[in-house]
Amino acid sequence: MNRVEMRFLSLADNVGLARIAAAALAGQANFSIHDIEEIKVAVSEAVSNAVIHGYENRPDGWVELTMELDESGMTILVEDWGVGIADVEKAREPAYSKDPDRMGLGFVFMESFMHGLEVESTLGQGTQVRMRRFVTLSVSRDAQ
Amino acid sequence: MTIMHAIQGRHVRVAVKGDLDLKTAEPLRDALDKLVDRYRDKNLVLDLTEVEFVDSSGLGVILGRYRRLSSQGRQISLTGVKPSVRAVLELAGVDSIISIGGDPVRGQTATPK
Repeated sequence: MNRVEMRFLSLADNVGLARIAAAALAGQANFSIHDIEEIKVAVSEAVSNAVIHGYENRPDGWVELTMELDESGMTILVEDWGVGIADVEKAREPAYSKDPDRMGLGFVFMESFMHGLEVESTLGQGTQVRMRRFVTLSVSRDAQ
Repeated sequence: MTIMHAIQGRHVRVAVKGDLDLKTAEPLRDALDKLVDRYRDKNLVLDLTEVEFVDSSGLGVILGRYRRLSSQGRQISLTGVKPSVRAVLELAGVDSIISIGGDPVRGQTATPK
């Protein structure tokens, strides 16, 4: 059992910081290297969304990352107090992006690489992304 | 992130070192676009041997260059792809449109000849 809370500015530099912290915490549990790689992608996507969409690349917003380890897995909460998402269901669809160089795959990766994803957002107030990853039979996965 | 390029026949081979994420997406895009514009008769080979991590921001740069080059009748291919990076590429379906080094299904290699 462990819990980590981090608060950092909405800077692109902090995306890597967040995923390294998540990987370090996940390393305390029975996750495989493969599992940890997938957790890193999910955290990277959630924090990137907060920076790009939540704060629209403003560097002075706060992003909170709360991670909790328990016997069965890891829960990750990424929260921002930015502009919010008008239509969460639509935002979770692939290819929902205003930027032609962004594929709108952030939520797809989060859903695919984690075992549960909840998104709550209020326009003008911010967004909460809660993800859960269970410890699975990592030994057999690694052996594949 | 650092990138180094070399001209090999009909290819510009670009070796990338570092994570491809939100922080590095823009400089990587700018650097690749400069090379694409500079060597207009060449295809692009991205050597990802020293790339440990790619998320959708990095992926967007690769797919954006694929679009640019395709519209000019040119190709982009990837080589040196690590399993963790390949998982992200496959989830996005990139492997169905871009040659990934040594992919036996496509029966071709991303290594320039």
